[in-house]
Amino acid sequence: MTVTDTEIQSRPDLRALFFGFSSVGLSGFGGVLPFARRMLVEERRWMTAEEFNAQLGLCQFLPGPNVINLAVVVGKRYCGLSGAIVAPVGLLAGPLVIVLLLALLYDSYGGLPLAQGMLRGIAAVGCGLLFAMAWRMGMALKDKPVFLPFTALTVTAIAFMRWPMPLVMVAGLILSGGLAYWRLGRK
Amino acid sequence: MIVVELFLEFALLSFVAFGGATALLPEMHRVVVENHHWLDETTFTHLYAIAQAAPGPNVLVVTLIGWKVAGLAGALAATLAMCLPMSVLIYLLIDRWEGFAGARWQQAISLGVAPLAVGLIFSGATLIAQSAELGWAAWLLVAATVFANLRSKLHPLWFIGVGAALGLLGWV
Repeated sequence: MTVTDTEIQSRPDLRALFFGFSSVGLSGFGGVLPFARRMLVEERRWMTAEEFNAQLGLCQFLPGPNVINLAVVVGKRYCGLSGAIVAPVGLLAGPLVIVLLLALLYDSYGGLPLAQGMLRGIAAVGCGLLFAMAWRMGMALKDKPVFLPFTALTVTAIAFMRWPMPLVMVAGLILSGGLAYWRLGRK
Repeated sequence: MIVVELFLEFALLSFVAFGGATALLPEMHRVVVENHHWLDETTFTHLYAIAQAAPGPNVLVVTLIGWKVAGLAGALAATLAMCLPMSVLIYLLIDRWEGFAGARWQQAISLGVAPLAVGLIFSGATLIAQSAELGWAAWLLVAATVFANLRSKLHPLWFIGVGAALGLLGWV
């Protein structure tokens, strides 16, 4: 079966939205955004790659879990308000049940030395994955000499000073965003 | 009531969650462990580990914290608090996005927030390391994970599996 970009794309109904996003939620480990892209653009062809990138813009611009925001956007686009509710619920329902079952297991067996050891090992790996993610994001920053100091300031304020994050983010955004605004005006 | 308090604390956090739930780890630790003493250090680390090993969006670590603090109601309240405010906002804003995408202030915020998000993720990593009280063997595992993750395209699940196995053997 060959499908071209010009062919009319399929419009999902509520059921398709729910199950489409369920499959995304259940297949991703450590971030499901790439899986969302694959489902939306490549497998089910609900949107083109360009549309996906354009819609992702606001989802990444706003705070909060990007992929939930994306589910709301896609749901609204095809089924209005009910779609905007059903898509994120589909995304979360399966993983939520799994994670709560794991929590029940943890409540019963979390005290066992074997479980404690296993969780320590996973936490160490998870910590490494976070450092790697920070490194990759840091390398992708534009104008590193200008903006990396703000990364250092954030780490100092959050990790060492333990200041409240809402305060740090507002102050940081005014300084760093203000500098970016000024630099954009000079170009 | 603890569920309401949890909801309000996390709803407030959702407004500064640039970089997603992962970027919130340090602040959730501050609120849940240090301020309210709802959880201890070890439990917090364990919940993070469980969320890592489970499928689904990163936001589920919030669900687990809610569960441990206030049971099923806590789990749902925390998850909803984290997702709802921005979902409503994005529902209202998406149709106007085309209008202000690319505007100077919009570019400035995107550029300005990126280095802060990197700092938040880095802080989260140091914080997990601290509360897990990693020994030298565990630090070796952390270093190996960073190196292997940056140099290869291996699925993260492989790393989690190795970590779980080494932990079961009592090596870290």
